[in-house]
Amino acid sequence: MSESPMPLWEVFIRPRNGLAHRHVGSLHAADAAMALQNARDVYTRRGETFSIWVVPSNAIVASDPADKDILFEPTGSKIYRHPTFYEVPDEVGHM
Amino acid sequence: MSQTSSNSRAQWLIRLGDGALILGHRLSEWSSRAPTLEEDIALSNLALDLIGQTRALYTRACEIEGGTRDENTLAYRRAEHEFRNPLLVEQPNGNFADTMARHLIYSAFALPFYEKLRESNDAEVAGIAARSAREMAYHVRHASEWIIRLGDGTPESHAKAQAAFDELWSYAPELFEADALDSEMAACGFGVDPSTLRGAFDATLGPVLREATLKRPRDSFGLRGGRVGVHSEHIGHLLAQMQHLQRAYPDARW
Repeated sequence: MSESPMPLWEVFIRPRNGLAHRHVGSLHAADAAMALQNARDVYTRRGETFSIWVVPSNAIVASDPADKDILFEPTGSKIYRHPTFYEVPDEVGHM
Repeated sequence: MSQTSSNSRAQWLIRLGDGALILGHRLSEWSSRAPTLEEDIALSNLALDLIGQTRALYTRACEIEGGTRDENTLAYRRAEHEFRNPLLVEQPNGNFADTMARHLIYSAFALPFYEKLRESNDAEVAGIAARSAREMAYHVRHASEWIIRLGDGTPESHAKAQAAFDELWSYAPELFEADALDSEMAACGFGVDPSTLRGAFDATLGPVLREATLKRPRDSFGLRGGRVGVHSEHIGHLLAQMQHLQRAYPDARW
């Protein structure tokens, strides 16, 4: 409908204080203020939200999926990197 | 409290709910037709806020009445002349600028209205007002941001936004006119006198119109009638659609 497509934004939501922002999706908006507003309307309708981040999609530097084998595969066989040998005390809570 | 005063209080709440319902229905007409997916959801959210306010206001009114009517009777079983919404909210959606201008005018009125109504001596009504004020603050923000971008956008969007305000401005005075019922409700501490809110309205609109590079239309005589049941031609079509199901299949449920 619009002549030139509006920029794309990535949306991150923090459900509660103390948790990290999580990527929830993307949307189109003319500028940052409208992106925040759209994020509120599109992504926070059903749950509690503590804060929203919006980031221009073209500001994100991404790894190439084709590099998957080089970047990530070798870690699979190094089980000593997985902290499964420790018992985490209950008092620690979220880790 | 006397019977008369119960009736007046219920009547006053129903009139307030009528404004919210008709505007909410108008906004719902944008569903699946808005310019973008994001705005489609935003407009539906705004519509649902207003319809939620209506339900609470109608339900409280029916409790006060103590009769057999409920929120559905009020919404679906009343004729045109029984609706007491201001003419502004029944005006057609027009283009997107028309809808946003109408919404800014209404929400800039409704925000200070509900802020004041939080002091109602009816705890239930004060609670409804507190929630509604929070919602209307967002409505003002959403409509303002759009009006600024349309007004200060392209020559075409500017022209459409200016035309929208020029067209709708004559419906604004009715929002602020207090009749005997308003005065009675304000005097007894139950309601709000809308004529006290024009200053707050102008203080909201002024900066938005300036930033949008739009001219504030000249105040005119004003078009009125909805609040005494004398409507524009548009409401008949709106009610025909909104009430069709309950009129054709009374008490239908799903």
